[in-house]
Amino acid sequence: MMIKKISALAACTALVAPAAFAADMADEMTIVSWGGAYQSSQVNAYSDPYKAKNDGLEVVWDESSAQAVSKLRAQSEAGNITWDLVDVEAADAIRLCDEGLAMEIDPDEDLAAAPDGTSAEDDFGDMLVSDCFIPQIVFSTTFGYRTDMVPDGVEPPTSACDVFDTEKYPGKRALNKQPIANMEWALLCDGVAYEDVYDALETDEGVERALAKLGTIKDDTIWWTASAQTPELLASGEIFMGSAYNGRLFSAIEEKKQPIGMAWDWQMFDLDGWIIPAGLPEDRLARVKDFVMFATDTQRLADQAKYISYGPARASSAPLVGKHATLGIEMAPHMPTDPNNAENTFVNNYDWWADHRDDLDAKFQAWLAQ
Amino acid sequence: MSFVTDTFRPSPRFTVGLVAAFGALAGLFMGNAQGSLLFGIVAGAVLGAVVGLGALALAEGKFPVSRAAARWAIVILFAAAGYAIAGLASAVVAGLAGCFFGWFATWIANGTYRRGLAPYLTPRQVLWYYTFRVIVWSILIFLITPILVVMPLSFNAQDFFTFTPEMLALKAEGFSLKHYHDFFYNPDWQQALWNSLAIAPAATVLSVAFGTLAAIGLSQPHVPFRQTIMAILISPMIVPLIISAAGMYFFYSRIGLQGTYVGVVLAHAALGIPFVIITVTATLVGFDRSLTRAASSLGANPVTTFFRVQMPLILPGVISGGLFAFITSFDEVVVVLFVGSASQKTLPWQMFIGLREQISPTILAVATVLVAISIVLLTVVELLRRRSERLRGMSPG
Repeated sequence: MMIKKISALAACTALVAPAAFAADMADEMTIVSWGGAYQSSQVNAYSDPYKAKNDGLEVVWDESSAQAVSKLRAQSEAGNITWDLVDVEAADAIRLCDEGLAMEIDPDEDLAAAPDGTSAEDDFGDMLVSDCFIPQIVFSTTFGYRTDMVPDGVEPPTSACDVFDTEKYPGKRALNKQPIANMEWALLCDGVAYEDVYDALETDEGVERALAKLGTIKDDTIWWTASAQTPELLASGEIFMGSAYNGRLFSAIEEKKQPIGMAWDWQMFDLDGWIIPAGLPEDRLARVKDFVMFATDTQRLADQAKYISYGPARASSAPLVGKHATLGIEMAPHMPTDPNNAENTFVNNYDWWADHRDDLDAKFQAWLAQ
Repeated sequence: MSFVTDTFRPSPRFTVGLVAAFGALAGLFMGNAQGSLLFGIVAGAVLGAVVGLGALALAEGKFPVSRAAARWAIVILFAAAGYAIAGLASAVVAGLAGCFFGWFATWIANGTYRRGLAPYLTPRQVLWYYTFRVIVWSILIFLITPILVVMPLSFNAQDFFTFTPEMLALKAEGFSLKHYHDFFYNPDWQQALWNSLAIAPAATVLSVAFGTLAAIGLSQPHVPFRQTIMAILISPMIVPLIISAAGMYFFYSRIGLQGTYVGVVLAHAALGIPFVIITVTATLVGFDRSLTRAASSLGANPVTTFFRVQMPLILPGVISGGLFAFITSFDEVVVVLFVGSASQKTLPWQMFIGLREQISPTILAVATVLVAISIVLLTVVELLRRRSERLRGMSPG
């Protein structure tokens, strides 16, 4: 009840007089994110404008999203929650919500409605995959390749399945050192229909079939553990093609002018967003809710796309996506959700993975060690 | 065969065979890199044999040129051939290879390698003499190459850890100071640098103060449970760091020290104390206790005795312990990740996330700066040590 009252107050103050009730809110906020170009897009689109409206507010950024789950567990056990807002992938948000480490939110109460009056719940739509998850962006895991290493007289790769074709495209590959995405691609490219992939992965034969398909390129594959590795390996010419998050590839291609092309087909969609840790003191919670209300509105999500090529999670933000902040190129064609890039897409089944992750992780790591 | 080593010459077969074998070895690496192993070995062996024969003829005085001129000729021939095959970069590599083979062939053919060694050594002992040196140098190179490779890469004009073609061709546009600029102007790196520069000295002062006191106390024979106390005090050094870190995290969280500067300084001081205790205890072994008794018999109180008599004598141990404590804090990433929060981000923390999230060459620039600072620090310490040795040598007694 109290929380609702505060957030209602916060909503009012945001509309009427931003500084009037500032005394009830903490004047420091620790936000956890992924670092790199992604985090700077959040600083530029969300926290800098918010700080401009709220004098004296201090925002500390912590690049610890990769360990968000384990660190939040430790903080809750130690009874000392030091984070105010955490950027996590959808699958982690589901886990944190199940464990009670993230706070449940009410989209219509805590998030701003679209400018045309559509409620937040409808505007975010399917992206609200968990009661605790505040969606921010749609990103995809997709493939980049060296344009100057494509053999003469061969069409450049266009699809994730081309990674398995070592005859046509010789050279090393880079794949994520995790079963997620790799297992789906392996089955799909081995002829399993899109709808049947997760059903097949539930059977032992399906898992073996996927690993066998991956086995055909195992000797040519470098397994990455940090998302910056694939662009690095591509830039140094050590691999011909590799999977990476599309924003990282965009940065290497457009901002750093590397000879890299994108193979969009069967890109793997995933979601990223905020969670608020459970058990924050009242003044900090009020501050975070005020910030989230601001940072996830239609305009702010569209603004973020000026700095990095991830698609905004709100339907109403899409028409507002404009040009890159410094390069001045249109961002829409670089979005994973652009119709030209999204002919064949694979939507990651978070719920399925939440149930099967431990099992498949073990099998995949054992197979890697063979 | 004469045993006057100055005129010793190995057999022609030995010279040609050995140089050809080295040529084959070099060819093996080159061939492997180019994808044609066998061709590399054969070509390397033939080239080596030719150079060996040339050196042999030179040693027997069949060419009217000096040895130096012959070596230069080989370097130029190799470099020209390398340039003809694959441009400037390979010319440099080939020139270096020519340099080595020219020197090596004449060194063998003239029997120079026997000079300076005892004449009674068997061939096997001579072989071991040089093998040993090669092994020693290889270890040194193995240890130092990763550090050296980082330095040119930190001047990369690109944002990746890559030697670009422009860099290899030594063109100016391939190099840039922008990663150094990033280090000195990016607020993230600057905050991390100043945090490190604030935390490490504070932790060092605490470690040195407590560590020295503990070492002096523990060196008194009448202290009970000395061994046990010592073991507990140096346990942070023995217990895996991650366990200390997790323990400190939960403890400091409860007492409100987690995420504060004081907490990080205390944690680093705890890690540094064992180093100080060990080095100071070692110097105290050579400390003559009758000096303190003499001082107190002359009326000095214990504090004066410590600062005027004992401290100057054990200073080398205190300083080296302090250096270790400083470096421990300055290099430490595990404990600070647990005990600190983002506002206490130190240099190693920033490097750690930088490496994981963006792999930016700024890390290489920082590494180069840190290596330079370490070299300066070590040089200063060594100079001070020599100075104090010199001064001690001049003082009477």
